[in-house]
Order: sequence, then structure tokens, then C-alpha cells
Amino acid sequence: MSGEGVLVYAEYIEGMLHPVTYELIGKGRELISKLGGSVKAVIIGSGASGRAEELIHYGADEVYVYECSEGVALNTLLHKELLVSLIHEIKPKLVLYGATPWGRSLAPRVAAALRTGLTADCLDVYVTDDGSIVQVRPAFTGNIIAHIKTVTTPVMTTVRYKVFKPPKKAPSRNGKVIIREVPADGDIHHKEIEVLGKVREKEVNIADADVIVAGGKGLKRREDLKLLEELAELLGGVLAVSRPLVDAGWASKDRQVGFSGNVVKPRVYIACGISGSPQHLAGMKDSKVIIAVNIDPSASIAKYSDLFVVGDLYEVVPKLIEEIKRVRGKP
Amino acid sequence: MKPAPDVEKVRFDVRRGVVDRSSAELEINPFDLHALEAAVRIKESVGGIVTVISMAPSHAEPALRDALARGADRAILLSDRRFAGSDTLATSYTLASAIKKLGEFDLIICGEKSVDGDTGQVGPEVAEFLGIPHVSYVTEIKEVSNGFVTVASDFGVAYYLVRAELPALLSVTKEVNVPRKPKFKDLMKARKAEIEVWSADDLKDVLDLNRLGLEGSATRVVKAYYALEKGREGIKVKGDEGIRKIIDLLSSSGVI
Ligand SMILES: Cc1cc2nc3c(=O)[nH]c(=O)nc-3n(C[C@H](O)[C@H](O)[C@H](O)COP(=O)(O)OP(=O)(O)OC[C@H]3O[C@@H](n4cnc5c(N)ncnc54)[C@H](O)[C@@H]3O)c2cc1C
Ligand SMILES: Nc1ncnc2c1ncn2[C@@H]1O[C@H](COP(=O)(O)O)[C@@H](O)[C@H]1O
Repeated sequence: MSGEGVLVYAEYIEGMLHPVTYELIGKGRELISKLGGSVKAVIIGSGASGRAEELIHYGADEVYVYECSEGVALNTLLHKELLVSLIHEIKPKLVLYGATPWGRSLAPRVAAALRTGLTADCLDVYVTDDGSIVQVRPAFTGNIIAHIKTVTTPVMTTVRYKVFKPPKKAPSRNGKVIIREVPADGDIHHKEIEVLGKVREKEVNIADADVIVAGGKGLKRREDLKLLEELAELLGGVLAVSRPLVDAGWASKDRQVGFSGNVVKPRVYIACGISGSPQHLAGMKDSKVIIAVNIDPSASIAKYSDLFVVGDLYEVVPKLIEEIKRVRGKP
Repeated sequence: MKPAPDVEKVRFDVRRGVVDRSSAELEINPFDLHALEAAVRIKESVGGIVTVISMAPSHAEPALRDALARGADRAILLSDRRFAGSDTLATSYTLASAIKKLGEFDLIICGEKSVDGDTGQVGPEVAEFLGIPHVSYVTEIKEVSNGFVTVASDFGVAYYLVRAELPALLSVTKEVNVPRKPKFKDLMKARKAEIEVWSADDLKDVLDLNRLGLEGSATRVVKAYYALEKGREGIKVKGDEGIRKIIDLLSSSGVI
């Protein structure tokens, strides 16, 4: 299969379009200047047709819409089958997915079905002068950055949220919406896999946060998280934690930053009493500004911080809260 | 279950961006301890046998013994120079073929991802090659009965209850359980246990030898470098000056 252009999988779960979709479309537009072809998007789900125009406004040239009943809207096997047949039909050179839990569950199934390569959790995708696509990703718990080429077609990539800038919405943009029927036998997967319902929402979505105040084992008691929460709230941000606090039951996994938790990229990350293990760094080292408060001047987080305040968090944080209030209070 | 080096101990060749594989022994990928524990718990409640399969170099044998000590009944090591250089596509193809050779099974449980490969792709790809359903990011296994498994899974925005028909594949997160430590007597017993080693030839009748290793892989690493060396400015300050500097930085980044 040779291929042309870029296909973006629009992640659409229960009426919500994941914002990584816009970023992928934007990247797709940038890449086609070298790759040729157009940017196509595919959206699957109940109510999907209502979102097609929006994808065009963000830069898609053509949008394939698979409208289906709510009962099968979250069926990975159905999504896989629709994608596999669409890819056979339109033969893209590159397929982009968000490196979200959903994207990282679906994309490998499609890749295996097509017997093509898939590169996970990419931080960049670029085209070399000879026209080949290179994918950049972390490996070894973030210790290594690898540049990867795919020798099969299409090239498939899951891309991390917030690494590419979302394009500006242009409501005047025109494109083509292609409505597709979901084959009736889409229902046979109903038995193999069935989503029975929502268990619970996430407590917070720290990946979206603009400011994060994170606490680690430097905290002595669970109650002391309130101190950090107060600082977070003051800054319009959210509270996060390192893994040991989750393991101890002090906080939910939804707040964990790192390799086995969430990857975050806020404007400001304030790490209090966190040593900076590779597993923690893997989740936050691309934050815009990193501030660390640690009693130990040799803590390894120092090397990854823009500002490293050597001190006891129990002294620094209350003073900081007071100072912020004072500064804000000024007319 | 993937035998992987301990990332805390392993040394990196900072200049060439490669891992010095001799610097740390292979142990069970930490996420896979949760997968194994889940399997052993299911065995304890509904019966069955737990087989561990790993594709790794032969010095991974101790990791498989560890798995036996932790409750696995049988351990198979897929080891052959022809498997070397496999990406996730070739790895999952090889693992799926070995599972086919094993015969009937009800459930395959993987870890969420490996600490070295770090893709989380092998599980769903194995499921595709075997033509069975899968659920990734499983945080709780609720029930295994009457030909179905019911789990809670992290879909990103929320957790969902999902039911899959057996045989099925699950990739589990660390939330799913707390793995227990192996008992001394089981460790001793596992030291003498047999680890079955299968080569590519042993799988000849279930796979295509051209789809293995580097040749069967769809991706190539063209360049790699050590990522953790690029530090930041790291201005170190103490006391009240620290507070002042934080305030300055917060206001220059527009937060206050
Ligand atoms: C497979 C695997 C996955 C993992 N995934 C993650 C993950 O996703 N996220 C994660 O965070 N970890 C993860 N870990 C754990 C990781 O290896 C570290 O153990 C963990 O990050 C350490 O957390 P910490 O920095 O809070 O604690 P520590 O390393 O104990 O550091 C505590 C710090 O607090 C400082 N301190 C103490 N008292 C004070 C005080 N009064 N004021 C200021 N500073 C103080 C100390 O100097 C020290 O630097 C993982 C481990 C494994 C094996
Ligand atoms: N070589 C391997 N042998 C056995 N299982 C593996 C192997 N590689 C990956 N796995 C399984 O697939 C999961 C995901 O691995 P990865 O795709 O490398 O992140 C791991 O947690 C293991 O359960």
C-alpha cells in the first residue's frame, strides 16, 4: 500500500471531542506541505455528524463520519473495523491518534490488523528531506529519546496531548463531510465486548491543568495536603502528588503525576517535597516552568527545575501563600 | 510478562543514547507483577492454571523462576536470536503464535506497559492477532464467570464498566491489586523448577519465520539519545529570597 496525505482519528467519547484532535489536525496540515495529499479526519460515535464541521474549521479537508447507536459507540472492535476498512479505501500515508488511554488501546489493534508499524506516545513527527516520516518518542521510562522510522504503510502514531499547538478555528473554512453507514453487522461485536456504563468520572483531569502544585513524600501527614491544595487554589490550579502518596491511600490515582500516572504539561509546576525520580520526571519534565521546594539541596529535581528553593516546605509554603495574598491585596 | 532491566539500576550510554544491557539483571517488568497477581487470584477463586510466557534472551530465566514462585504453574521462555530486534508488531506476532501453540485458554493478562519499551501496544496487538476482544487500562477485575469477564477500565475522561467475552485479553494498571511477596519455600521450589525454552523452530508450524525479529518489524530506530541530561537553569535559592523569586516567576509567567 503506497499512501497519500494524513488521516486524523478524532477521539470522540460520549459527546466529547478530545482537544488533542485539533492539535493533530494542525500538525497534519503542517506535514502535508512536505508529504502532499490532504488532511482527512474520521469521527465515530453517536452524534458524531454534529461535530464534522468543527473539524473542518480546525483544518480538515474531508471528514468521514460514522454515526452509530450509543450501545456500540464505545466498542473498540467496531472502531477498529471501521478504521481498517477506511484506511484500505483512502490509503493515507500517515495516521495520527491521540496518545490517550482510548487512543493507545485502539491504535495497536488497527496496526496489527493492517500489519503496520505503530509508534507510541510521540513528542514530535517530522518529514525528512527525502520525504520519509520520523517519529520522536521517549523510551526507557523517559530516559531515552528515540527517532523512529516506519518501513510499512501507513505510518501510524499516537501523539501526546499538548505537544502540538492547536490551530486557530476558522469558521469560514470549507471542506467535505462524508457520511458513512455503520454496517448492520457492527452489532455482532455487542457480545464480544460491551460497555455496560460509566463507573465514575475522574476526580480531576490534571492533564488539562494550567497550574499544578504537587506534593511528595516530604509531606508528613495526609492532612498536610490541604496546605498545598490551598496554594493550588490560590493560583487557580490543582493539587497533584507523587506515587508514594497514592500508594499510601492519601490521594487518588487521578492526581498522580508520572510514568504510571498522568503526563502533565502545565504553565507552572510546583513540586514540594518531591525528589525527582526518573518515574516522576517522566510525567512533568516538559512543564513550561518548574519550581521545586526541597529541604535537600542535592535532590535530583534541582537539575530539572527553573527555580529550586532549598527549604522546609512547611515554612516555605505558608509564607508563599501569605505573600501571594499580600501581593494580590495591593490595589 | 516481560523481563526488563530495573530502570533505577541500569546504566545509559549517554553519548550513544543506548542502554548498557549488561548493567542490570532482568527482572519482571513491575507492571506485569500486577498482571501475574491478577491471574493467580482468579485461579484461587475459580480454578485453572496460570502459564507465564516471556519473549526474552536466555538470561531472563531467573525472572521466570520468580514468576513461578509468585504462583504461576508453568513458565515458557521464547528465546532465539531470530527474535532479536523485534518491535511491538513482531513481538506480539511471536507471543500470539506461541499462545496458539499452547492451545485453549480463557484469559490473557498483560501489564499496562513495560518500563523499557514503554508502549502498552503489545497487549492489544496480541489480542488482534488472536482475534479476541481486549480491554486496556483495567483498574479492577470485577467478575470472571459464565464465559465473560467484567472489568473497570480507564477510558481517559472517566472509568467504564466493560464486559468481554472469553477468551479475552486484559492489560492491567497497578490499581488492580497489590502483588504479594513470594514465600521463601516457593522461592526455593522455583529454583529447581523447569523453565521451558521455545525457539523459533518450535513455533514453525504456527508462524511465518519471515515475520520475526528485525526483519518482521515495521519500525526502525534511526537515532537515540539520553533524554535526562538536558537540565534547566536551576537557580538555587534559600529562605525569603526563595519566596521572592517564586513570586517573580509566578508573575512573569502570568499566574499572579
Ligand atoms: C514501575 C514504576 C513506576 C513508577 N511510577 C511513578 C509515577 O508515575 N510517579 C511517581 O511520582 N513515582 C513513580 N514511581 C516511584 C518513584 O520511583 C519514586 O519512588 C517516587 O517518585 C518518589 O516520590 P517522592 O519524590 O515523593 O519521594 P522521595 O523520593 O522520598 O522524596 C521526598 C523528597 O522530599 C524532601 N523533603 C523531605 N522533607 C521535606 C520538607 N519538610 N520540606 C521539603 N522537602 C522535604 C526530601 O529531601 C526528598 O527529596 C514509580 C516506580 C516504579 C518502579
Ligand atoms: N517480550 C515480551 N514477552 C512477554 N510479554 C511482553 C513482552 N513485551 C511486552 N509484553 C507484555 O505486554 C505489555 C505491554 O508491553 P509494551 O508494549 O512493551 O509496553 C507488558 O506489560 C507485558 O505484559
